[in-house]
Amino acid sequence: MEGNIAQLGQFIGAGLGAIGSGLAAIGVGNVAANYLSGALRNPSAAASQTATLFIGLAFAEALGIFSFLVALLLMFAV
Amino acid sequence: MADAAPGEIVIKPFDQFIVKPLFGGTEVHWYTITNVTLWMALAVLCVVGLFVLGSRGRAIVPSRSQSIGELFYGFIYKMVEDIAGHDGVKYFPYIFTVFLFIFFANFLGLLPMSFTTTSHIAVTAVLGFGVFIIVTVIGFVKNGAGFLGLFWPSEAPMALRPIIAVIEVISYFVRPVSHSIRLAGNITAGHAMIKVFAGFAAIAAVAPLSVVAIAAVYGLEVLVAGIQAYVFTILTCIYLKDALHPAH
Repeated sequence: MEGNIAQLGQFIGAGLGAIGSGLAAIGVGNVAANYLSGALRNPSAAASQTATLFIGLAFAEALGIFSFLVALLLMFAV
Repeated sequence: MADAAPGEIVIKPFDQFIVKPLFGGTEVHWYTITNVTLWMALAVLCVVGLFVLGSRGRAIVPSRSQSIGELFYGFIYKMVEDIAGHDGVKYFPYIFTVFLFIFFANFLGLLPMSFTTTSHIAVTAVLGFGVFIIVTVIGFVKNGAGFLGLFWPSEAPMALRPIIAVIEVISYFVRPVSHSIRLAGNITAGHAMIKVFAGFAAIAAVAPLSVVAIAAVYGLEVLVAGIQAYVFTILTCIYLKDALHPAH
């Protein structure tokens, strides 16, 4: 066991940041699941909504990427 | 990061993103030719090769490279027309250029031993803030002060409007940040993940599994490279639509 308390905090913080990525995964899954259930109910309207799907995915994913970025900064940049 | 003792596995997933001068030396000035410069230039060359040389024949029945170019052109043209409307088509060349650059930079980055330029926030931020500034200027030129109506929802109750306006202003200024970090973050995360799995290949027991994992993650990254270029472009179209038709 070596290292100092600052490094401990850094690693704990990075781990907490990774939780955010996991939560974003739930969000992305929600978007895709709702799109799919809607698309299966009305397949003829599905094609016109793929752009909206990707925008929704992008927005949901961006927040997860932010927390991933915080984790990266804590691990390598602090 | 401490140096590894002998026999210990060293995983350095971020060494692939280090900017190095190509022709010796360690200092990087603004004019230094680095690996970033090289791979960005290659991305531009690919675009030029596909669109200038590939469609040089202007054939009625397109050649292979010309039909690839036409496919890209039609895809983005339809996207701009659908989302930004007819008056957005004027800005199609810019959007198409941004898409092609990101698309080819992403895919060149997937080549083994290559450098992924879009993994650097410095590169994507220029693209993101470029879109932000251009869209804001277009908004003010086209609508004058009416562009501020974007932040003042006329259908909301009067009491709520100041609060919504503050939120709208904040979300407007976060746009370029999220726009650029989304692209860089996605690409960085994927490439780092490949390197992490590659590091596990040093352990004999899990090496076959690691090879399978690398193949799977690589497949995912091919998908991500295309989707992120698409997402960047489609968000540009949406911001452009907001600038052209700011009334909520």
